[in-house]
Amino acid sequence: MAKRVGMEVAIAAAEAVGMCNIDVAAVYPITPQSHIAEHLSEIVADGRIDAEYITVESEHSAMSVCIGASATGARAYTATCSQGLMLMHELLPIVSAMRLPIVMSVANRPVNAPLNILSDHSDIMPQRDSGWIVIFSENGQEVIDLTLQAYRIAEDKDVMLPVIICIDGFILTHMVEPVEFPEQKEVNKFLPDRVPYATLHPDKPLTMGAFAMSDYFPQMMKAKDEALVNSKKTILKVWDEWEKQFGRRYRPVETYKAKGAEVLLLIMGSMGETAEPAIDELRDKGVAAGLIKIRLWRPFPFDELRKAVKGVRVLAVMDRAVSFGDSGGPVFADVKSVLYSEDNRPLTVNYIMGLGGRDVSVEDFVNMAEGAVKAKKEGYEFYGVGD
Amino acid sequence: MAEATWREISPGNVVHTPGSAKEYHTGSWRAMRPVWDDAKCIKCGICYIFCPEGCVRQEADGFFRADLDYCKGCGICARECWPGAIKMVEEG
Repeated sequence: MAKRVGMEVAIAAAEAVGMCNIDVAAVYPITPQSHIAEHLSEIVADGRIDAEYITVESEHSAMSVCIGASATGARAYTATCSQGLMLMHELLPIVSAMRLPIVMSVANRPVNAPLNILSDHSDIMPQRDSGWIVIFSENGQEVIDLTLQAYRIAEDKDVMLPVIICIDGFILTHMVEPVEFPEQKEVNKFLPDRVPYATLHPDKPLTMGAFAMSDYFPQMMKAKDEALVNSKKTILKVWDEWEKQFGRRYRPVETYKAKGAEVLLLIMGSMGETAEPAIDELRDKGVAAGLIKIRLWRPFPFDELRKAVKGVRVLAVMDRAVSFGDSGGPVFADVKSVLYSEDNRPLTVNYIMGLGGRDVSVEDFVNMAEGAVKAKKEGYEFYGVGD
Repeated sequence: MAEATWREISPGNVVHTPGSAKEYHTGSWRAMRPVWDDAKCIKCGICYIFCPEGCVRQEADGFFRADLDYCKGCGICARECWPGAIKMVEEG
C-alpha cells in the first residue's frame, strides 16, 4: 500500500516524472514552473535516474531538444508556462505533426502584459489548436497520476501524440498537499518502454519533418486531426487500466451533484475544488445547482459534455482566459459550438473570472450561480471588475 | 490532384525512402532559364558556387550548365557572373 506524504505539488510533479524512466529532460525554469525544473535536475544530478538533463538557453531550445531526442526514440520531457509557452508555440504544431510523444507540464500562468506571475489559463488557450492532447489537473494527486499516465497515452501506437498536463500556477504548483506515489514496480508494469514508430539512426536513414506542398499538405492535416480525435479511445482505455491497477478513476468530464440540477457550473483546473462547497451551499439554499469539470480539453469530449448537460436549464461556463474580440472566453466558445445542434439546449452564460490569479471564493461561485439562474439571455461578463 | 489519400500518409509524415527528394523536379517552378555564352565564360565557377540548388555542373569541356530538372530559375548565377556570360531567358 502506497504511503501518504505531504509534498509541494511541483515537487510531486518532478518526482512523478522521475518515475517515468525518461531519457532526456530539457527544461528552462520559469515561475511558477521553476520547482519542477529544479527538483527534476536534482533527481538527475543525484543519480536517482539515468537520464540526460539538458540546460538550454530558452524554452524554444528546450522544445527543440525534446524534438530531436524524441525523434531518436528517447522518452523526452519538458515543462514551462506563460511567456515560455508562448515562445515554444512555434514548435508545438511541429511536435504533433511529427507524432512525437513528448510530455510537458504547464504551470498555468497569465501572459503579459501586464507582467503577472500568478495563475490563469491564458497561456494554454492559444495552444489549443496545436494538435497536442491537453489534460487539466485539479489537485496534487491528479498531477502525479496524470503525469504517470501521460507517456502511456502519448506513446500508444494508436496515438503517438504529445501530451500537456495543465497544473494551475501557485494554487496547485506551490501548495503542499497530501499525495501518494505508487510503487516503482507498479509504475513499470503500467508504463512499458517506448516502442517508437520510426527513429533517426544512421544505419536506417529516413526523413522526418520534410517539406510538403499543396498535393500532400491537406491530407497530412486530415491525418493529424484523425489522430487527435481518435486518441480519446486510448485515453479512456488507459484511464480504465489505471483505475483497475491503482483504484483512482479518471473521466474526460467529471460531474459533482449534476444529477437533476437546474443550473450547472462548468469549470477546468484547480478551482473545481472551490466550486464544490459552493454547490453544497447552493443546494442547502434550495438552488438545484451542480458542477461539471472538463478534464480532457483536447481532444474535446463532445459526447460526454452533451450527456452531462442534458435536461439542464442554465449552464454557466467559467473561463480563466479571454478570447479577445470573440464572444467571451475560449471554453465558452467551444461549449456553445458543441451545444448548438442540440434540441432543448441549456441557456449558456459565461463568466470570465480568476484572471491574473484573482481569488475566486466559494461565495463568488454562489453569486455567479445565482446570477446565472436569473439570466434571460446568453452572453458573457467579466466577474468582479465593476459595472 | 491528390497524390495519395490521407489514409496513405505515414504517421508523422515520415519519409522512409532516403534521397526521394530528387524525384521532385523543382525545375517545373521555373519561369526564367539561365543560358551561358561560352565565348564570355572564363570558367571561374562562381555560378557553380552560388547556385543555391546545387544544380549547376561543370561539363567535360570545362564550361558550366544547369540541370534543368532542378533549376528553379532564381537567376543568382546570372547576377553573380561578373563577366556577364549568363543571361536569363524567358521559358516557353
